[in-house]
Amino acid sequence: MSRARLIQRLELQGLRLAPSQVWGQVRLVPVLRDEVRGDLRFAQRNYGDALSEVTLRKELGAPGLKYISYIPHGLVMTWGNRQAEAVYGTRLQSQDHKKVEAGPVSVRLLHRMVHREDRNQLRMLPLHLAMEGFLTRYFGGPDIAWSEYSKDGLSRGLNPRSEASIPGWASFALDGALRTFELHERQVGLLLFNADELLSAFIVAHPYDYRCLHRTLLEDFYGDLLLQYGYLQVAGDIGLRLDASQVASVADLRAQVARMREDWGAFHGLLSGGLFGVEVTARKVYEAGPFLLQHFHTSLVPSEENHMGEAITGPDGTLEYLKTYRLSAAQTRRAYLLQQLANSQWNLDDTATALGSTRSDLVVRLANAGFGYLLKGHVLEEAQRSHARGR
Amino acid sequence: MAVAAEVRVEQVAREDLVMFVNACFSCTGQREFYGDARGQSVSIEFLHQYILGNYRRLYRRTLAAGINHFNQAQIILNLLAIGSPVDVEERREEGALIAAALRRLPPPRAYRVLESLRSRRINNRRARAIIREYLAGRADLAFDAVKYRAKLRSTVVHGHLKLEGELGPFLFHGWKKRVYTQPLLETFRRAHFAQEALYELPYTVAEGLAQKHGVPRDVFLQRIEPRLTQAERLRLQESAARDGAEVPAVDLSRAPLTKLCLYVLALKDPVRLERREELHTALERASARVLARAPASLGRVAAVLDNSYSSSGSIQKRRRPLGVALATHYLLGTAAREYHAFWTSPVDDPLRVVARGQSDLATPLLEALEWGPDLVVIVSDGYDNDPPRAVAELTRVFRERLDPGRRTALVHVNPVFDADEYAPRSLGEAVATVGVRDAEDVPTVLGFARFAEGTASLSELERYLAARVASWLEHEPRQGESTREEEAS
Repeated sequence: MSRARLIQRLELQGLRLAPSQVWGQVRLVPVLRDEVRGDLRFAQRNYGDALSEVTLRKELGAPGLKYISYIPHGLVMTWGNRQAEAVYGTRLQSQDHKKVEAGPVSVRLLHRMVHREDRNQLRMLPLHLAMEGFLTRYFGGPDIAWSEYSKDGLSRGLNPRSEASIPGWASFALDGALRTFELHERQVGLLLFNADELLSAFIVAHPYDYRCLHRTLLEDFYGDLLLQYGYLQVAGDIGLRLDASQVASVADLRAQVARMREDWGAFHGLLSGGLFGVEVTARKVYEAGPFLLQHFHTSLVPSEENHMGEAITGPDGTLEYLKTYRLSAAQTRRAYLLQQLANSQWNLDDTATALGSTRSDLVVRLANAGFGYLLKGHVLEEAQRSHARGR
Repeated sequence: MAVAAEVRVEQVAREDLVMFVNACFSCTGQREFYGDARGQSVSIEFLHQYILGNYRRLYRRTLAAGINHFNQAQIILNLLAIGSPVDVEERREEGALIAAALRRLPPPRAYRVLESLRSRRINNRRARAIIREYLAGRADLAFDAVKYRAKLRSTVVHGHLKLEGELGPFLFHGWKKRVYTQPLLETFRRAHFAQEALYELPYTVAEGLAQKHGVPRDVFLQRIEPRLTQAERLRLQESAARDGAEVPAVDLSRAPLTKLCLYVLALKDPVRLERREELHTALERASARVLARAPASLGRVAAVLDNSYSSSGSIQKRRRPLGVALATHYLLGTAAREYHAFWTSPVDDPLRVVARGQSDLATPLLEALEWGPDLVVIVSDGYDNDPPRAVAELTRVFRERLDPGRRTALVHVNPVFDADEYAPRSLGEAVATVGVRDAEDVPTVLGFARFAEGTASLSELERYLAARVASWLEHEPRQGESTREEEAS
């Protein structure tokens, strides 16, 4: 049953896009929700530590797989009947963490990405949840002991696998844009564009929660594009005009303005076409009452715009929560290679054939993507030699 | 060819001047919601230098156009820095304008101008004459010596002046001299040794000394209360309550309109609701007083008032755009024969308005136009984002298709200076944009709006300014009227 509810493609069903507000090269598009259910609420929980270590399996602090990152805040999700609003904020905050001092810095130990704290309360680490899902995909490395792989690669897989991203506060423009942004009354989310490239989408269930969580966007992390286009001056103006020939009264003017508003929504829909309406691969993370928490990624084809993220869908399939991350070109390449290798059971020759290239090219590509440590030294050298000769 | 070039020259001059006067109404070099203080001051400084360099006569005449104090002070300083003109007649007019403008500035700001003469190393014969004349015109120099001691001293040193009687020793020895015969000076001296004498000094002077004596804040505020000026009372409301002192009573019937609006907006919602009648009456009285000074009678007026989030202003100009909107609401309500207000996010009671939500100016403007007014006044910072540029398009089509005869006048009153454009941000070609700092300026800027619209010629603008200069120099302010506001910066 829950399999059927996994997201096949993201739809903005029940949500509206309002005209964007532009600050420098950053374009922020408000997402409005007309019908608010009120039975799923989010609150922020601040962590002030330099580093956090999340135990992914087993008990807190036990040896095993860990996710280590700077995590400035978590989200507490409460669901239930309509009374959730009344008790909101009155609950005692449970201590869901332990702290250890490591020299001058404090490290927070967290138990799992998603941690159930009460009958209908869940703590999760937004975006890190999706990032962790992304990193652990094909994490184990080759599952057949092909002779090309190094000893380390065979015994430990891709451990440790790391990705770098850029915090929101690294961009001066984003700070300004969030500060001067004027929230709508029914606003539940935001699409964030940098130089008209979709960087991130953030949607929650309730307008009040969005109001509180608006500034946390500055603490989130984003793909390279945030800095890459940082020196562009302004996002373009599409210059919509009213059609004077259609106007004979004030009522006509009103109709024209309404049409202008719709055109803006359509324009933003067009801009965000790389995320909404494309097929995604989703995996279930947690089933919380009627709500299904899942993470997903798009096709991972290097020539396309790629996003990953997490979402919560309601019982009728509507999008109640969404947070996405735009993968950089390098990240997409890495993920694509791993995906292709896994599809061919990590056989280099088969993968090369599937990609329509040669084995030595594939090995060089792997090394360039940063996975050289998986392969034995002589395999790598040989490939690099033949690659250089071929040039 | 030559004629075309002349027309163009005239057009450029008119546009420059309109831009400058507009900027002088709104810009204060302080931080705004969308712009930082540095950008603001760079921008306004450039504009001053440019106009002074090209149109000196009109530059000084702007002093009389009703512009804000910050820009009056800038003009005085820049004129004094550049030296007097060669022509006798010009010299006489400029001197008279500077002296009159300085006299009308609130004393703290006037003294700051004099002090800046020293830091900017302006010390020509005219500057010294202006200093002499200003000090000679002060009613109670001993009081000034206590309240603005440092500023007065640097002015006196800089202008090589000799002050009469005990003032000289007071400025240079202060409390270290043994005894004074002047009562106020003596009190100042004693207050350095005895706490009791504190409470006979002006509040701002006593405040620092109280700190020195370690007087608890609430005790101090309670005992200094009778000495507080009206502006100080208004300013102290919040902090006195915070410090646990008794909140000094304000005589709301004497507070200026915009100040009063900012005071109301700073109150919490339940308080506003509780004191609704009292505040409402005070605001109505204040706007009636403004209109008594600058009469304006208007017909059927609609106001489109922006209470979006950006009207919350900045840390330096807290809620000022919203305060100006509220004050304009009361002012137009009193001045107009028929009046209707349209807020961007509708409010039941204007007294309880808060800055919130997006800037959707199009919807209220449509409602206003449907109502069929003679004049539409839009009070907004010029950012309309839902949808962007909707007002510009809306008014363009409205003029083109529905009102080619200009039966309905459209005026955009903007309390925010946009540093990048050197002018208050406009809402498109079809609406005249004028800057304001206080709603008190609204009657003046409505008169100025026809120049901003671009229909009047340069010679008309020159005549307008000349007429304002003549009436300005004729009517000297009564004593005490110049203290319209004491700006804290």
